[in-house]
Amino acid sequence: MINFFKEFFEFLMERKKYWLLPIIIVLALFGVLIVLSQGSAVAPFIYTIF
Amino acid sequence: MSKILGISAFYHDSAATLLVDGEIIAAAQEERFTRKKHDERYPFNAVQYILNTSKLKLGDIDHIVFFEKPFLKFERLLETYLAFAPRGFKSFSLAMPIWLREKLFQKNFLFNLLCQHDPKFKDIDKIKFSEHHFSHAASAFYPSPFEEAVILTLDGVGEWATTTLAIGKKNNIEMLKEIYFPHSLGLLYSAFTYYIGFKVNSGEYKVMGLAPYGKPIYKEKILQNLVDVKKDGSFRLNMDFFNYATGLTMTSKKFSKLFGQPIRRPDKDLLKQFHMDIAASIQAVTEEIVLKLSKNISEKYKIKNLCLAGGVALNCVANGKILKEGIFKKIWVQPAAGDAGGSLGAALAYWHQELEKVRVVKSKIDGMKGSYLGPSYNEQEIEKTLKSLGAKFEKYGEKELIDKVATELNNEKTIGWFQGRMEFGPRSLGARSIIADPRSDKMQKELNLKVKFRESFRPFAPSVLREDVNSWFDLNTDSPYMLMVADIKKRIQIPMSENDQKLFGIEKLNVKRSSIPAVTHVDYSARIQTVHEETNPKYHKLLKKFKDITGCPILVNTSFNIRGEPIVCNVKDAFKCFMGTNLDILVCENFILHKDMQDKSLQINYKQETKLD
Repeated sequence: MINFFKEFFEFLMERKKYWLLPIIIVLALFGVLIVLSQGSAVAPFIYTIF
Repeated sequence: MSKILGISAFYHDSAATLLVDGEIIAAAQEERFTRKKHDERYPFNAVQYILNTSKLKLGDIDHIVFFEKPFLKFERLLETYLAFAPRGFKSFSLAMPIWLREKLFQKNFLFNLLCQHDPKFKDIDKIKFSEHHFSHAASAFYPSPFEEAVILTLDGVGEWATTTLAIGKKNNIEMLKEIYFPHSLGLLYSAFTYYIGFKVNSGEYKVMGLAPYGKPIYKEKILQNLVDVKKDGSFRLNMDFFNYATGLTMTSKKFSKLFGQPIRRPDKDLLKQFHMDIAASIQAVTEEIVLKLSKNISEKYKIKNLCLAGGVALNCVANGKILKEGIFKKIWVQPAAGDAGGSLGAALAYWHQELEKVRVVKSKIDGMKGSYLGPSYNEQEIEKTLKSLGAKFEKYGEKELIDKVATELNNEKTIGWFQGRMEFGPRSLGARSIIADPRSDKMQKELNLKVKFRESFRPFAPSVLREDVNSWFDLNTDSPYMLMVADIKKRIQIPMSENDQKLFGIEKLNVKRSSIPAVTHVDYSARIQTVHEETNPKYHKLLKKFKDITGCPILVNTSFNIRGEPIVCNVKDAFKCFMGTNLDILVCENFILHKDMQDKSLQINYKQETKLD
């Protein structure tokens, strides 16, 4: 996973697309949230966001 | 020895290729093994075939190159969604989970899949990534017979590029210009494929086949509303009419409104003159764009050779027009021009561009070995399989077999011809082919309706001896991969009477148009395959024998499958297709099977399992 982040960071630097970073972070957080919320105690937390 | 494995996968037509010291050793598409047409999954079977045939373990491979860059594609997706937001939320919400789960982590994902071949495989850093259009360009230039060439790649979309222009010199490819998504000639053609009611990514060649039945009366409408074509051939699409950038369909409501008819429902609506005119119009627009692009680059760079790849390069009618116009002295088209060929291009790009290895030009035909790069089966294997299937067969020596098959062809028999290594690319080139007599009046309809179970308008292609091509067609160059269309010579054409000319659309099909009617399209054109002694000696011998008997050096050659099914790969597939269709004879290497000698209980009907493209 560390390798992935390193490579992705290098990609952003190379392409000079720094603005993609916040989008990725938000998407990743939502992704983690969705995975965790599947039949777990985190589910109610989603409702408090929306 | 340096061994490079190229892989294309996860979109459509996944495939694998092996290079050893720059030489193409083996290549195959996954669909042939899994029997799922355009299979996009990781090409496990294709990779395994490559490893088995070359007696290698995965650990023996030095570099593994994937045909495109996932990060770059992800960037394009995000930017496109942002540009069109809030439209496209549904598509976004469908795409993102797959990307965040696997596609973004392609390297790890691929590594885990590769480990299935060899659990001892540990070196993830052997995995490299090429760019989609660079892979196409490499597949078009490196195996070509040219020291120097202009390379044009045209397809749907890769990462960002949809059309690229490059120059290849010796072992180097320099990218010069690119047209970016969403402006894409491939997607424009696919949008019309969708509108006519055919499957996107596989029905495009049906649009091309349908075009000669219509008149391009909507060409100006397309050019005025949908696509703005500049003088140099570059173009921009009016995205108000399309929905593919962010939606789940190809065209928008505005598109149907422009042409005044809804999208054709393939199971309910018949193909009408309107659809033929639409097909003719989009074909005419495509040809105009391709010709303008070609003329411009020819004038600008003054290079005599052109290499083509990308899905649009399979539009052999457009290729034939470039050749006919004499814009370039020579044209070479990669036989696996679609995404499957990306596996080959990715491996070649790594060898020549990254490792800077010298390129040796194969000037005789090219470096593709006739595209016969797939699996083959020896006599023992075939005999064993045929026996296990309960087949009744006879075995002959090669000369006797050729004599027998040529005689049966002359008796208007339809024959499944299975021999040698399977073709790489979408065309059957005489290794997994259905062959027949092109002089027969009934053959086109019979093959379409009784063997292929597909629409009667679909044309068939001729295989012709290379040395005789110029006596029968307006073509005097190699076309070994069936990627050039040219007219049939005037002397064998049968002119249409006044009454015939009044006929519309598919009615034209009933008019005999030449002395080889089964391979003559309604506009007197043919999609030609030149057969070369160097690359397919057995098929060459068969054509020669057929010529000795009949005076005609041509055979009908269509893919050995039924509609919607991948081309047969092994003997079992061939026997299934033989017993599931009205084919008269099956020839597997030196074994001959006659339908009337087979056990009737072995006959199957599996056409319902597959659907029209």
